[in-house]
Amino acid sequence: MSQDFHRWPDAHGRFGDFGGQYVAETLMAPIAELTEAYLRLREDPEFLAELDRDLKYYVGRPSPIYHAEGLSRHVGGAQILLKREDLNHTGAHKINNTIGQALVAKRMGKPRVIAETGAGQHGVASATVAARFGLKCVVYMGAVDIERQKINVYRMKLLGAEVVPVTSGSKTLKDALNEAMRDWVTNVADTFYIIGTVAGPHPYPMMVRDFNAIVGREAREQMLEQYGRLPDAITACVGGGSNAIGLFHAFLNDANVRIVGAEAAGEGIATGHHAASLAAGRPGVLHGNRTYVLCDDNGQITETHSVSAGLDYPGVGPEHAFLKDAGRAEYVGITDDEALEAFHLLARTEGILAALESSHAVAQAIKLAREMPKDQLVLCNLSGRGDKDVHTIAAREGVQV
Amino acid sequence: MNRIDRRFDTLKSNRRTGLIPFVTAGDPAPEHTVALMHALVDAGADVIELGVPFSDPMADGPVIQHASERAIAKGVGLADVLGWVSTFRQRDADTPVVLMGYLNPVEIRGYERFAAEAVEAGVDGVLLVDCPLEESAVLAPLKAAGLRQILLAAPTTAPARMAQLCGAAEGFLYYVSFAGITGAGRLSTSDIAARVAGIRSRAKAPVAVGFGVRDAQSARDIAGFADAVVIGSALVERLAGAERADEIADRAKAFLQPIRTALDAR
Repeated sequence: MSQDFHRWPDAHGRFGDFGGQYVAETLMAPIAELTEAYLRLREDPEFLAELDRDLKYYVGRPSPIYHAEGLSRHVGGAQILLKREDLNHTGAHKINNTIGQALVAKRMGKPRVIAETGAGQHGVASATVAARFGLKCVVYMGAVDIERQKINVYRMKLLGAEVVPVTSGSKTLKDALNEAMRDWVTNVADTFYIIGTVAGPHPYPMMVRDFNAIVGREAREQMLEQYGRLPDAITACVGGGSNAIGLFHAFLNDANVRIVGAEAAGEGIATGHHAASLAAGRPGVLHGNRTYVLCDDNGQITETHSVSAGLDYPGVGPEHAFLKDAGRAEYVGITDDEALEAFHLLARTEGILAALESSHAVAQAIKLAREMPKDQLVLCNLSGRGDKDVHTIAAREGVQV
Repeated sequence: MNRIDRRFDTLKSNRRTGLIPFVTAGDPAPEHTVALMHALVDAGADVIELGVPFSDPMADGPVIQHASERAIAKGVGLADVLGWVSTFRQRDADTPVVLMGYLNPVEIRGYERFAAEAVEAGVDGVLLVDCPLEESAVLAPLKAAGLRQILLAAPTTAPARMAQLCGAAEGFLYYVSFAGITGAGRLSTSDIAARVAGIRSRAKAPVAVGFGVRDAQSARDIAGFADAVVIGSALVERLAGAERADEIADRAKAFLQPIRTALDAR
């Protein structure tokens, strides 16, 4: 592996054949304005210092790496280590990105921020930082997701955000993204669009990755400090792919670290009811970038299924598409049932309720660990906590709460 | 010579303003799409923009998005659209047809294959909304086959970029007169006039103006300074719900003819 994986994207925002800026002409100016501002800010020591302060004192970073001894013993293979992003303020990795983008918005003089959300985690993280920085916040959310995630909708409202239901298309994350793009095109003068994952047109895949890359940078240092070596394998769940690229990025040039992304295989890839864009999709163009997408032979984006709303997306960040084709990372499917089993196992062996999204990563970590000797280390990104999913799990298992 | 270029030459020598209606292929009724195209021509269309339905039309407003959703629900895909153009060509060899849509359906079909099929069907140009100039290298097979790439320019387009677009323009340059999504808001005619005049003096192709044109009056205002007027959402809205071929044709004509008259009376 001779190539430097840290050199991407190129000046056009491409990761090999993927990424780019596939947007309407009306968006080219706002995107150019954002690219210019962000390229300046990412080198600006004052901006970076402000970001670091907020990550430390507001988000609560660094998040620990925790040795899940009980779970590891139960599995009987390699030692499973958890990067505890669930302990961040708001309970997930999403805030790493929203803090960063809100600071960019502030520096660009935009008083209004908009966001799209699926599970509601990114919406809550956006509403949170908007309150923190005194910005007006509008969150677009599919009507189906609003129904699935009522608690998060209420949290956003408590934080002062306006939640706009999206009733077009499949009424889920991708439709919310379309609607937010429309808002941005119409209100570019005073509005900053906080995209919640490493998708969208350049510079978003790069910017969102940069803000989440703190996860992997910390983890790499913590591994060397606590264990004196790097992990043998790392894993994270992949919907759009922001927590995964956040963990993976610092390890991309460490050729001996195996990298595995866990996609939502839903009811099984063979059933067609899943959201595994990399494992079962094909290269296409969606939401401003070329990447792997789930679509039919007419090129229509297909509706996805996952028990976890946050993974229910028919595309994936272009850097993941690139890493797949380059052979640097593997992407595999974890079914709803496997994720739920992992959820329960982690709860009982470690006293941790993981988000359903993160439970996919835990399930993958268990699979990896089982095949590896006891003295090896698997690092799993526990990207969010599961409190938000308790009702979904209860309903699925026929329990009255 | 490409039909688009020929048509704009004729318009220029007759000192007429072109009328470019947009309809979503397959809406309101897939089986009457070809009849609708002929009705558009009968009502005075100079170029037809035929929308290829896409599941995620990011740059379109609710009217065209819903038209797309209705067509997709009836199973309409790119192959159907090409088939309808081919049928249309049996009776109309002259009216240029531009397919307007998004990149993914073309990408999935394959650029080489799509280029050959589109030319064979009698398509003259493509307007792929999410394929700006910077990403247009993928369209090389389309250009090699003789299809014109219709580029968009917007009020938000920076001066240096506008110069690039003017230099690269072919077929016609489509100026979207409103910064937002299709079919939204009102436009300030004098503001557009000044901008379009500047673009027309530099563009290597005629300039069509659209986004927000709703009736004869707004079309006439634009006709004074544009080579052509594009009418989309207002027409699609008018056609929605019509079922029979004659009903669809009547609505199209009732809507377009006053606009045609207004353009010619200038």
